[in-house]
Amino acid sequence: MTMRYSFGGDEHVFVEVDEEMSLKAFFKSLSITNAVRESRIKGVTEICPANASFQIKFDPDLIAPDDMLRELQRLESAADTTDVSLKTRIIEIPVLYNDPWTRETLMRFRERHQDPAATDIEYAARINNFASVEDFIAAHSGSPWFVSMVGFVAGLPFLYQMVERSRQIEAPKYLRPRTDTPKLTIGHGGCFSCIYSVRGAGGYQMFGITPMPIYDPRQEISYLREFMALFRPGDMVKWKPITLDAYHDAVADVEAGRLAPLMRDVTFSLTGFERDIDSYNRKLEKALHGH
Amino acid sequence: MVIEIVNPGLATTVQDLGRPGYYHLGIPLSGGMDRLALQAANLLVGNDSGAAVLEAVFMGPQIAFADDRMVAVAGAELPPKVDGEPRETWTSFLVKAGQTLSFDFLKKGARAYIAIGGGIDVPVVLGSRSTYVLGALGGHEGRALQAGDRLKLGAAAPVKQGRAIAADVQRAPGTSVELRVLPGLYWHRVAEQSGRDFFADTWKVAPEADRIAYRFRGGRPLEFAPRTPPFGAGSDPSNIVDACYPYGSIQVPGGTEPIVLHRDAVSGGGYFMLGTVISADMDLIGQLQPHTPVRFAPLDMKAALAARHERKTLVSKLHASLG
Repeated sequence: MTMRYSFGGDEHVFVEVDEEMSLKAFFKSLSITNAVRESRIKGVTEICPANASFQIKFDPDLIAPDDMLRELQRLESAADTTDVSLKTRIIEIPVLYNDPWTRETLMRFRERHQDPAATDIEYAARINNFASVEDFIAAHSGSPWFVSMVGFVAGLPFLYQMVERSRQIEAPKYLRPRTDTPKLTIGHGGCFSCIYSVRGAGGYQMFGITPMPIYDPRQEISYLREFMALFRPGDMVKWKPITLDAYHDAVADVEAGRLAPLMRDVTFSLTGFERDIDSYNRKLEKALHGH
Repeated sequence: MVIEIVNPGLATTVQDLGRPGYYHLGIPLSGGMDRLALQAANLLVGNDSGAAVLEAVFMGPQIAFADDRMVAVAGAELPPKVDGEPRETWTSFLVKAGQTLSFDFLKKGARAYIAIGGGIDVPVVLGSRSTYVLGALGGHEGRALQAGDRLKLGAAAPVKQGRAIAADVQRAPGTSVELRVLPGLYWHRVAEQSGRDFFADTWKVAPEADRIAYRFRGGRPLEFAPRTPPFGAGSDPSNIVDACYPYGSIQVPGGTEPIVLHRDAVSGGGYFMLGTVISADMDLIGQLQPHTPVRFAPLDMKAALAARHERKTLVSKLHASLG
């Protein structure tokens, strides 16, 4: 991993931690951006961690660009990235895979797809060598995912699967982006899954939909009253496949203000995780379900 | 204490100087696309320079006033009228209770800033009154204005009408423009000759130009330096592992049509960027009409900071000229 620094005009420093995606690169980006936040460098206005890079917005009237660069390089060498331990949350997200709404949408945009004869999930299952869509769903929901970036639009999480690279699900984006995606669609592009926080354009393959809102600018939903966006970089997500009936029940619960998402505070250790991925993930799942 | 929107125009929104601090959650700055004009309009009516105004694009709204208010219009040449009588842009004028403010056809530029004495008093959300339509956040119900909307106004300071911004302080929209760019970000991915071509070509503003981004057409497609796609990036040479997008950054999906991100920017994604339009030139973009020819010109950080300083001087002159 070689860090590459570049200026984005006169107001941003852009730092590529690594050209390719990995948990190591993500954690390095997260620990350096945390260090930037703690060090309170004058002139910093935005600190944006991303998957394998990060970006700092600053006011060059308060700190010269070259000084800003030197501060970041100083923090890079000081940041302890050998054994990253992170206080974070694990959140269960119910998913209706193969739902009627994304199915209707994907049919409308079939001519923009790699495989117009299949649905997105059938296509993703096939190119990732799964025997069936059921097996694919089991793999997608079988291990937790890291929120490795929040953005694109308000509150949208990019999620990185917590398994070794050989087992990661990969899928290309649509040949041409759609002009429409249902709100709360579970999408996938490259090695990232996402939850579309609002309705709009999108290029990721659509696998399902969650009944659980993750962004509420009116802050009326019980668990979004404190802040309008649910996710922060470093959160973990565990998908829970649900039925159509359970989906409708959950939607009714949201409307009645009854939905209480399952989420727990946990501490994550990268070294512990890498030592034995599957047993570490089982431990996380136990923490989630409180037993 | 209220104004009523009789006709909203094309896409009129409430904007102030923006909402910093939430870009890491995908919530962009928002705020006026031409902040210099927004500040000028506010100062003319005795508001703080960052009070909330109406930003109208291409077509003006029609607004009924319930009490006497000072008004000023700056930015695009969108001539205001009070009960059908013409008024000057860049100059404060009075609209009396019961009168209607409307606009003639757009003559120049794209976005006009309509400041009203006391400012538009929509709720402050995350520190700003700006509208972010994609996220249904801020402004009036998180959306562009509609006929029948009633907007509250703040308490106005007493000012004389006929206050004007001196011509040498106005940065009026031009017909052709040069946008200065600091090459960087993923510039190394562009083939050398292709990089030179990008700055040599004349581009034109595409119809897909809004508060999120401006798209440009007409120049030669980019050619990329050879590479092996890194894990997670996707196979197209214009793809990267999804990263943050700086404001003003120029992404070129598929290498064909450059897109410059603006105030309602999508905060990140998987397209490579070749550089960033400098902060001093961002206001100019918001005044470009579709089909306007544009050249991109490379410069270095020293020149970018000099341009920034020059723009700051212009803002000071703006304040000074109105005492």
